[in-house]
Amino acid sequence: MSKYLLDKFLYTIDRDPELVERYRSDPRGTVEWWEAERANAILNVHGGESSSWLKFDDVERQALVTHDYVKLFELGVHPFLSLTLFIAMFERDYAEPLAFQRKFGADLSHFNLPYPDITT
Amino acid sequence: MATIAAVIASTHHPFYYRASTSTGADRPPFADEWVAKILSFRETLTRANPDVLVLVGSDHFHQLWLDNMPQFLVGKAPFYDANWYNEEREFGLPRMFFTGQEDLSAHILRGGLDAGFDLAFSNELRIDHSVTCPIITLRPQADLPIVPIYTNIFAPPLPQPKRFVQLGQAVRDLVESWPGDLRVAIIGTGHLSLELGGPRQFGPHGPDPEFDRKAVEWIASGDIEKALGEVSLESLWEPGNATHGFMDFLLMMGVAGAGVKADYADTLDLFHTMEAYFTWYPQAASGIDASGGRSR
Repeated sequence: MSKYLLDKFLYTIDRDPELVERYRSDPRGTVEWWEAERANAILNVHGGESSSWLKFDDVERQALVTHDYVKLFELGVHPFLSLTLFIAMFERDYAEPLAFQRKFGADLSHFNLPYPDITT
Repeated sequence: MATIAAVIASTHHPFYYRASTSTGADRPPFADEWVAKILSFRETLTRANPDVLVLVGSDHFHQLWLDNMPQFLVGKAPFYDANWYNEEREFGLPRMFFTGQEDLSAHILRGGLDAGFDLAFSNELRIDHSVTCPIITLRPQADLPIVPIYTNIFAPPLPQPKRFVQLGQAVRDLVESWPGDLRVAIIGTGHLSLELGGPRQFGPHGPDPEFDRKAVEWIASGDIEKALGEVSLESLWEPGNATHGFMDFLLMMGVAGAGVKADYADTLDLFHTMEAYFTWYPQAASGIDASGGRSR
């Protein structure tokens, strides 16, 4: 289990406008490409010196492939990262301001304190 | 020696820029009241006539990331670019640019390290809305040199609440001991109760109005002892999952001093979160008015 790697996926997709669109339109392809090509890249480090050990487990990969932000919350991803990226992808599909943000919260309404631990 | 012209603590709301600049049907119903409160708050900095701004905030996973995460970091650079693509995208924030007060950064780093704070530093820092929001609200002309200080209120494990107070006390002492003969305003932004990416987000009020009421009282009265007695790293999850941002208010209470009442305090109950604005004038107690002149 790697909360860190889930966070790294959300972080690196969110900061790249092209990847935001690619993840919205082709989540499976984006996750598979990212895990193969980007998961082990240490940010700010030359590509020849990547890590060698980072990969998703099946549950994590499936949560990303299905855009399942409820499952991601349960898995302990950083909620700022998931909220920010999912707003970027899906706010546009709702006519009312903040409608997606409110749906995002309502979809998590079965969680009570303490929430899943986000410590990495 | 430097003079502390003002100490200011505020929430930082990235929606303010868009709300305050929108017109017609796009302008939210709460915008006019919000702008009026901000203009009043802005005057508390303007009348202090500062030369330099020390700005305390927290990077939101922009430049600082989990592979290399500092707890407290001081920017030491001649210039700073500001705001990020995802802040432009979600909040409509503009790109900004600032001059750095690099000698004050160096003084805070050297003195902070010698005082027992193992401060990280950055010589190339792109700052985010935790620092630019108070510039937009308090000094929109963005014409003063800055020293940014980042705290980790965001990615656990976090420093203890008391450490934020201690760092605030140290920053106060370090600015006062800076040989630069300038007027420095120390401005920090944090949060009251706040939920982001959780079930209690974007409600009609902040997620815990009772916490907000108590927190505003602690800040306005400078009651550091009570605040530290009632909050812990564990308890701060309860008012909302992003409420650890309150620790930047604790830091600013450390700057202002234990038991020192704010000279200005105001709040605005918005959807999603309560806004709160506080200003202290350290010189007022010593008989010097806010603009630097001797009061009658």
